[in-house]
Amino acid sequence: MTTVDIAFLLNGRPVSLSVEPRLLLSDALRHHLGMTSTHVGCEQGVCGVCTILLDGAPARSCLMLAVMADGRSVTTAEGLSDPLAEQLRDSFQEHHALQCGFCTPAMLLTAHCLLSAHPEAGESQIREALSGNLCRCTGYQFIIDAVSSLTERGGEGDASHG
Amino acid sequence: MKPAHFEYFRAATIGEAVDKLGGDPEARLLAGGQSLIPAMNFRVARPSQLIDINGLEELKPLVARLPENILEVGALVRHQQIATSPLVQRYLPFMATVALSIGHWAIRSRGSVGGSLCHADPAAEWPAFMVAAGAEMVVAGPQKYRRIPADTFCSGFMETALGPGEMLVKIEIPLAQGGWGFWEVARRPGDFALAGAVCRRHHSRTTVTWFGADLSGPGTVTVESEGGAGHGTHFWEDAASRVLAVDDDYMLQILGYCADQACRQAQSDEGRDYDNR
Ligand SMILES: Cc1cc2nc3c(=O)[nH]c(=O)nc-3n(C[C@H](O)[C@H](O)[C@H](O)COP(=O)(O)OP(=O)(O)OC[C@H]3O[C@@H](n4cnc5c(N)ncnc54)[C@H](O)[C@@H]3O)c2cc1C
Ligand code: FES
Ligand code: FES
Repeated sequence: MTTVDIAFLLNGRPVSLSVEPRLLLSDALRHHLGMTSTHVGCEQGVCGVCTILLDGAPARSCLMLAVMADGRSVTTAEGLSDPLAEQLRDSFQEHHALQCGFCTPAMLLTAHCLLSAHPEAGESQIREALSGNLCRCTGYQFIIDAVSSLTERGGEGDASHG
Repeated sequence: MKPAHFEYFRAATIGEAVDKLGGDPEARLLAGGQSLIPAMNFRVARPSQLIDINGLEELKPLVARLPENILEVGALVRHQQIATSPLVQRYLPFMATVALSIGHWAIRSRGSVGGSLCHADPAAEWPAFMVAAGAEMVVAGPQKYRRIPADTFCSGFMETALGPGEMLVKIEIPLAQGGWGFWEVARRPGDFALAGAVCRRHHSRTTVTWFGADLSGPGTVTVESEGGAGHGTHFWEDAASRVLAVDDDYMLQILGYCADQACRQAQSDEGRDYDNR
């Protein structure tokens, strides 16, 4: 078994490990690095629960080999610690935006990424951004509410949704 | 551990990638991995070797070559880059609309234009867009570079005109005049489309390029007529049944509807185009 040495920034801290090339980033994060907020559902890019931020942009960790993270920066929900992240967590709780919580880490990461770049985001933009994250419990509306309430519009809706 | 064993190799140059690829018929290039890795997770694909091209800067340009009126898109430019690039907004904003209809944000931030073209899924947007745009593919091979027009690049169901050891380097898209329109029908946002159409309109000439609908690749029809784009859904349904040899009624309705919607958009886009000049 040949392994490849890789090093990357995980939630701002340098990590290095030796991996088989066929190890998925999702499995590396969960089984080798203890980042169990990275969930695994479909392993074909559809459900979105494995979403991480790669150099600040959302990516499916089940569709990346761990070797592809070499030299990059990876953020998991464990690494979301700024004031916006705190607000998102509180808002999810207030709005009942989770039930089982399986989809929640990836929802938080995606919402965080959207709101950092677009604090003015309207509801249609929030829906578009989160459309790649499936939730089996909430029916989505509470998640949209939780994220909308943190925008500059404060959930007052936007043009395309009356 | 889901994918089967393979050798992993990071290419440092195009030449190196092409050499490796040519030396092993079971080797595959790895771009964004958004089609290849799911296939490997299910072991539908079991390449002997993956040649990672993500480090190749030569595959990443996104530039307007204005003397020639060409938008040059490197094979590794990601869908989301197209969707958000100010350059694309300025010179070919229609391309951003098409990019946004591909998958979800997280898919678009990894998946590449070149990967989509080489994967050649008949329901994918880029192959049809490139045919409609009259684009040319620039391809590196073991001996030399060559150019392949978009309308012969996708040669069949998930098949391309790429020969053994050949890789796509960039795509050259002419910045031509006229209006653009695009419409697709998908069961859920972000899913591959059931079918869709790209329309181009310039003066009396309307060209519709369809994708999806169990076609083996993009299918095109051109109509010359004065006046509005108002050919209507039935006109395009007929055209689709003649030109594409589709006989499923439901699919024909979708194809007709998409073409009609795309043509209406292209007509108003063409109007806007001329106001600006
Ligand atoms: C959930 C989901 C939804 C999606 N929805 C859509 C959609 O709506 N529309 C759509 O069009 N696509 C969709 N896709 C596919 C996505 O667009 C992929 O990005 C694209 O098909 C492949 O690009 P890639 O860069 O990921 O290529 P990879 O997966 O890395 O490669 C794909 C194939 O192309 C070959 N290849 C890659 N680059 C080159 C090159 N430069 N030269 C020669 N061969 C090359 C590879 O060897 C491989 O065989 C979706 C994917 C997922 C997971
Ligand atoms: S596990 Fe990665 S998208 Fe479902
Ligand atoms: S809270 Fe259960 S899947 Fe979303």
